[in-house]
Amino acid sequence: MARVYLEHVTKKFGNVVAVNDATLEIKDKEFLILVGPSGCGKSTTLRMVAGLEEVTEGNIYIGDTIVNDIPPKDRDIAMVFQNYALYPHMDVYNNMAFGLKLRKFPRAEIDKRVKEAAAILGIENLLKRKPKELSGGQRQRVALGRAIVREPKVFLMDEPLSNLDAKLRVQMRAELAKLHNRLQTTIIYVTHDQTEAMTMGDRIVVMKDGFIQQVGAPMEIYDHPDNVFVAGFIGSPAMNFLDAVILREDGDLWVDAKSFRVKLPLTRFETVGEYIDKEVIFGIRPEDIDDKDFVPNAPPDRIVTADIDVTEPMGSEVYLYATVGPHSFIARVDARTTARDGSSHQLVFNTDKAHLFDKKTQKAIR
Amino acid sequence: MRTGSRRSVFRRARGDSPAKRAVIHAVLILACVMSVYPFLRVVSVSLRPSNQLLSTDLALIPPGASLENYRALIFERDFTIWLWNSLVVSAASVLVGLMLAATAAYAFSRWKFPGRRQGLLFLLTTQMIPAGMLLLPIYIMVVRLKLFNTYTGMAIAYSVGSVPFSIWILKGYYDTIPRELEEAALVDGASPLVAFYRVVIPLSTPALAIAGLFSFMTAWNDYMMARVMLQKPNMFTWPVGFQKLMDQFQTAWGQFAAASVLVAIPALALFLYSSKWLVSGMTLGGVKE
Repeated sequence: MARVYLEHVTKKFGNVVAVNDATLEIKDKEFLILVGPSGCGKSTTLRMVAGLEEVTEGNIYIGDTIVNDIPPKDRDIAMVFQNYALYPHMDVYNNMAFGLKLRKFPRAEIDKRVKEAAAILGIENLLKRKPKELSGGQRQRVALGRAIVREPKVFLMDEPLSNLDAKLRVQMRAELAKLHNRLQTTIIYVTHDQTEAMTMGDRIVVMKDGFIQQVGAPMEIYDHPDNVFVAGFIGSPAMNFLDAVILREDGDLWVDAKSFRVKLPLTRFETVGEYIDKEVIFGIRPEDIDDKDFVPNAPPDRIVTADIDVTEPMGSEVYLYATVGPHSFIARVDARTTARDGSSHQLVFNTDKAHLFDKKTQKAIR
Repeated sequence: MRTGSRRSVFRRARGDSPAKRAVIHAVLILACVMSVYPFLRVVSVSLRPSNQLLSTDLALIPPGASLENYRALIFERDFTIWLWNSLVVSAASVLVGLMLAATAAYAFSRWKFPGRRQGLLFLLTTQMIPAGMLLLPIYIMVVRLKLFNTYTGMAIAYSVGSVPFSIWILKGYYDTIPRELEEAALVDGASPLVAFYRVVIPLSTPALAIAGLFSFMTAWNDYMMARVMLQKPNMFTWPVGFQKLMDQFQTAWGQFAAASVLVAIPALALFLYSSKWLVSGMTLGGVKE
């Protein structure tokens, strides 16, 4: 168990800056998620912590030691790879025991640790099999087992669930969270899947183009995204963004999107003062747009009549793909909605939860 | 019944008419006969008594067949010494060749360095040079290194010829081994060298087998290099030693044939042994394809 600290870390591949001046503290025993689209630098960051990529500038600490020049084998870390990276010529037992053998552990201790890890992961019956005789889920467990037996200071996981089918991924997500509770070890986990990020981590680091965009607890990032990118990346379906102007009329604040307008709560006065009569990006999550039929006493100044292009029944809810004038957006409404494809329907914008972003800087207006 | 239905499924899958299949089989059988018959003739000659050597009889087992030629070859000639010399030289050139090629190919496969591309092309061009052209320079090098008439000198001389080919074979194979396997080993506690010989080498056995077989056969069958490099009769390899079976007035064709059969055995055994490594697919399952 150890704290990991990245101090102004930069990684360049020739002229390409993969990670740009990243400073980040991962606390002891924390489950930290690095999330972002492909090419954002999350895997490179992880590989630098592992020692598989050299740091161009800055320092990486594991515990209190700068590890920039320490080879991977001496960093006391374990890594789970996206494609499992099991040794094809070894059986499951030897795959898990390999690291311990290299470290000259006594045979009895190796045996004990491998069998304990196998029991935790439910793969005791697979110990004699070769990787090619395992299913994707089983291989993933073996890869985890290989990391667990080492009892390292830090676990590094590079999109470990991305090759599993959807059902198994959900199951493994929960198991990894349980495993973290049990092992109480620092875990740095890379994913491009915002659902994994939201459900598994103590904190999330959102990255884009090599820059850290925001660091925070999942709900903190969800409720208070720092910029348009984070707001759009976290949450599924993604947040709706509409170009609009902030207006002040008769002491009230309005968001005017030309084809419709909705009233903002008065609590926004302090923050939007300098944006009155200016263009902003109005963001609202699909779940903050309701079907009026299910919002008793909906304030009329927040009701918008929209054309419903497509309805997507999801079982417990329905996604409405709606249009008002030039604006298209998604609403996530009660499954009992009467909205139908091609019809007009009244929707309620919960502007208490709306987000406003500066159009130029794309940063949140708070 | 079951076999019949499987056979019909197979037939349908191939979509070949019975006539076409008959022609294919006939061609294949003819090719087999053409390959095997000369060898059987050599076996037949080796079994003939000396008074029937020039017989035009086509019988594979000649009348009065005996192992006399084998006995004379083994007990009256230096055949076992030639065979031993060939084995040592061939094994040493495989060892030296594979050690050099395996590590060089790994560097070419995994690292980018100035001259990498040119180096690979240069290795390829060395294969275009006729072997005869290399005789003199190699001879001079070996003499200056005071390795003339030695196993070491011969092993080095043969490696010069086989290493470039082996590097290309091995480099191509290493390229197919996912780097994550070595990275996993590095994280597990291996140094780059340990990751190489504990993970990469065991996974490269098919390519190593091909490269090793090539090195072995190059050294095993060579006459020209051995003729130049070896002067002492007790250092002769079998191709040079065989010359002793031909003197000014007569050639011991029976013993020649017997020797040919016997020298084919180690090569055949090695090929059969290594054939199990020649099948690819060892990397299946290690990473998600």
